[in-house]
Amino acid sequence: MIELRVSKTLREFTLDVDLAFDRGVTLLVGPSGAGKSTLLRIVAGLDRPDAGRVMLDGRVLHDSHVDVPAFRRDVAYVFQEYALFPHLDVLDNVGYGLAARGASRSAQSTAARAWLERLGIGALAKARPRELSGGERQRVALARALAWKPRALLLDEPFAALDETLRLRVRDELRATLASLDVPVVLVTHDESDAIAFGGPIVRLERGRVAESSRL
Amino acid sequence: MIRAAVAFGATLLVLFIAIPLATLYAHLSPGRFAALITSPDAFSALRISLVTTACSLTLTLLLGTPLAYVLARGRFAGRDVVDAIVDLPIVVPPAVAGLALLFAFGKYGLAAPMLGPLHVQLAFTTAAVVLAQLFVGAPFYVRAARAGFASVERVYEEASATLGMGPLRTFARVTVRLAMPALAGGAVLAWARSLGEFGATIMFAGNLPGVTQTLPLAVYLGLENGDVDLAAALAVVLVTVALAIVVLARLLERRSA
Repeated sequence: MIELRVSKTLREFTLDVDLAFDRGVTLLVGPSGAGKSTLLRIVAGLDRPDAGRVMLDGRVLHDSHVDVPAFRRDVAYVFQEYALFPHLDVLDNVGYGLAARGASRSAQSTAARAWLERLGIGALAKARPRELSGGERQRVALARALAWKPRALLLDEPFAALDETLRLRVRDELRATLASLDVPVVLVTHDESDAIAFGGPIVRLERGRVAESSRL
Repeated sequence: MIRAAVAFGATLLVLFIAIPLATLYAHLSPGRFAALITSPDAFSALRISLVTTACSLTLTLLLGTPLAYVLARGRFAGRDVVDAIVDLPIVVPPAVAGLALLFAFGKYGLAAPMLGPLHVQLAFTTAAVVLAQLFVGAPFYVRAARAGFASVERVYEEASATLGMGPLRTFARVTVRLAMPALAGGAVLAWARSLGEFGATIMFAGNLPGVTQTLPLAVYLGLENGDVDLAAALAVVLVTVALAIVVLARLLERRSA
């Protein structure tokens, strides 16, 4: 469970939220510039709140005394443009989180291959990110985020970089994959139809505040 | 008419650069070149140049890399001032740089009260050659590395962090790797500048064979002593290295583009 009660002054308004994200997928929706990405970055440790507390499974990630750096939070993040490392092949991209945790080359490769197979892109192991289509990149980014068993998964507009025809297919695939996870998952989207398609709990953010929060 | 004039002017300048350099190669027969280049004098200058440029390049990489990163990413007061200071040696005349180093690190220089008690004498030693090369060469590396680091998108570093890689390992595995063409290009230029260093070296380190006499100094001394053939042989070595560096720098540029 992710619990956060934070405030941060942004350019046009103050982000001020008190939220908890339970296991399973929560959609974080709202118009562009409502503070959704900032909220995600605060949970991941990429941005710092001005005040407040962030907790994950009872462990304090940030408060007035503690600030656990991003690389020690075990919170996976799928970036909007995916940010796949251009100098590494797909297998090394997916194995990266395991390499960070000191796993052997063979352990990295085994886990990475298993995830690639699971997402139906096993044949791309040796490809470079620039050779992949948008949908393939998204799957590699997801595999890279999950291969090291994070304690939470954050996805920032995972469909924004895809064209419309691909978007619906990828959305269905992603929903199926995320449904099998046993950790809190927060998916940010500005598109209301995504929220309907996923069907899970929704948090709506407007100008830095929670405008609506529905629970199942 | 205009096209012909442009072509004529362009040809003139290219020939003006190429012909004098080519005459260096024409001056000696291959046999004479081989004999000169393996002579003790030539070998000594070659050795001094290789050892000192290896040292100055190592110092440039060790000290210049963190500086370049801070200049590319840091937000601090006086960054522009630091930036300007680092660029200065590129435009300061080498002889002036040599005089400045002498005033700073010479026997009666600014650092003398610190160096004296330690019995460290820098001026007119091999170490002085290294410092002169560092002074004139490092800015070329720092400039290139700063641009290289600035071109690495921050999101890759953030992705590395969220995947569990600490800052130092992220720097080595992501930032440096992505900036590598720029870093390598800058290192090659800095090394080339150090290899050709003359003015600051002769002012601050002198021209002592076997101690501070690098290839460019040996070329100068060869001419001074009337040994034009030795000067020409060493000049051929330097021009050949320069040619290789120009080609290498272009290859690196193409890779980073």
